[in-house]
Amino acid sequence: MTNNANARPRRQLTLQKKQNLTGWIFLLPATILIIWMSFYPMVRAFIVSLQRGKPTALQFSEPLWRNYERMLQDKVFVQSLVNTFTYLIIQVPIMLVLALIFASLLNMKDLKFKGVFRTCIFLPCATALVSYSIIFRTMFSYDGMVNAVLVSMHILKEPINWLNDPIGAKAVIIIALIWRWTGYNMVFYLSSMQSIDYSIYEAARIDGAGAWTQLTKITMPLLKPIILVTAIMSTNGTLQLYDESVNLTNGGPANMSITMSHYIYNTTFVTSPNFGYAAAMSFVILLFVAVLSGIQMKVGDKR
Amino acid sequence: MSGAFRKNMKWALIYLFLIIASLISVFPLYWAFVSAFNNTQQILGGSMIPHGDLLTNIHNLMDQAAVLTAFKNSTVNTLLVLVLSLTVCSIAGYGFEIYHDKWKDRVMGILMLSMMVPFVAILVPMFQMFSGMGLMNKAMGFVLPSISTPFLIMLFRSNARAFPKEIIEAARIDGLNEVQIFVRMFIPTMRPTYAAAATITFMNTWNAYLWPRVIMKSNEAITMPMLVSNLMGGYVIDYGVVMAGVTICTLPTVIIFFFLQKSFTEAIAGSVK
Repeated sequence: MTNNANARPRRQLTLQKKQNLTGWIFLLPATILIIWMSFYPMVRAFIVSLQRGKPTALQFSEPLWRNYERMLQDKVFVQSLVNTFTYLIIQVPIMLVLALIFASLLNMKDLKFKGVFRTCIFLPCATALVSYSIIFRTMFSYDGMVNAVLVSMHILKEPINWLNDPIGAKAVIIIALIWRWTGYNMVFYLSSMQSIDYSIYEAARIDGAGAWTQLTKITMPLLKPIILVTAIMSTNGTLQLYDESVNLTNGGPANMSITMSHYIYNTTFVTSPNFGYAAAMSFVILLFVAVLSGIQMKVGDKR
Repeated sequence: MSGAFRKNMKWALIYLFLIIASLISVFPLYWAFVSAFNNTQQILGGSMIPHGDLLTNIHNLMDQAAVLTAFKNSTVNTLLVLVLSLTVCSIAGYGFEIYHDKWKDRVMGILMLSMMVPFVAILVPMFQMFSGMGLMNKAMGFVLPSISTPFLIMLFRSNARAFPKEIIEAARIDGLNEVQIFVRMFIPTMRPTYAAAATITFMNTWNAYLWPRVIMKSNEAITMPMLVSNLMGGYVIDYGVVMAGVTICTLPTVIIFFFLQKSFTEAIAGSVK
């Protein structure tokens, strides 16, 4: 009898231990892969960023931070930094506001053909980044469709050389980005709005609140967490822009639209590869992502 | 102005705005598909209706580029990522949620940090590692970095929260072991989550460009987005051929989009619940 009473709790404990162990085994493959494919290369990237020389004969540089010093004097790097931040500052706010407007319109109770509108606005997300870059490049080429249409409609007197103009090239990239990602962000907002109780809006309307007041005083405060998430994701994505810079403008004219990732790729693999310098520049992107996400989280918390 | 008139005006403006937005959203894709039927002159001139050059364009495309190889590679790579990624991430998401304790939550928090690591930031060491392991131009080389993603782990974890604990208890009493519970109970009930995860993984993998460009250097290993990108490299660009390539590259994801739009939206919105 006594034996039996002692045995039971012990057996339960081992059972719980066994389940706990099973849990660890279940998450082991995913954890190992992320450490191996993400954290470990990050440490290595930092070490490489302190080295110089040919890819096959890397040596620690003297002084160690030499690659970091070089960045400040590198005109192309500074230009790529300016370009990337231009995209970030202009494109992200326009896109998020547009997404918010579309989402609030599509969330209206009496709107008809909701599904059709949503599908259309969401459709650009199904396009590969390379594909849409090439489509936009073709549409905006000098002898291309956009110029042909604008000239024949007498909006333009003569065709604009969009992709060969420093401002035009950036503008086309920004237009393309807004086209590709607005619907994506709209989906986040729409799904959060559906969880807001509709009676709040009805009460507000009875109190005389217009559409704008409803958007800024009800929807946006309630959506704050998700707006924060989309802002961080878009910032992160814009800092890593690559496919568009390569396929839409090829960084041109004269590096006026090149992004940081594009320049890092070129430094790593094109002409004379310089792994150390490329790794140092990529660490700067990592830093920007971390700092900007941190700031956005802080600002989001306060409001 | 009467109230009814103003209300009608308001609705008219809303519909007009949404119709214009929808047209702008659909137009570039529509135009690319139409252009696959046209020759360079018609494309640059902005023709919005299909003509009869589709077969010529596809024929020329086959002559210029290894479309069949690229399509096969993209398909194989994508299927491999789908199977491995869904398996690894769903087991992990399930493990984090069902057996969760303080330490596992901490591990999860650390793994989430990897979402902050931009892929370019690890480009150089990844290239060194993979060429060192002899994985250049190998499907496994393409697949390995995409298997375990914090995004999918989070998706499965947040959906596992809704999985009733009583089922697990009942299954344990019936003598099923933990792996059997996962395979026989969890997977069948979580079918919508798997569909959502599969949709978003398919889109991301099929469209990947930077990593394959780093690691798939040989002509035999080329993927669809790389092939399309290369079409723009020549001195004289045949836009009919380019648009045929764009169409072949985009069609799979667009078809999936139309059939699985609900899963796609759930995947995007579901991970941040």
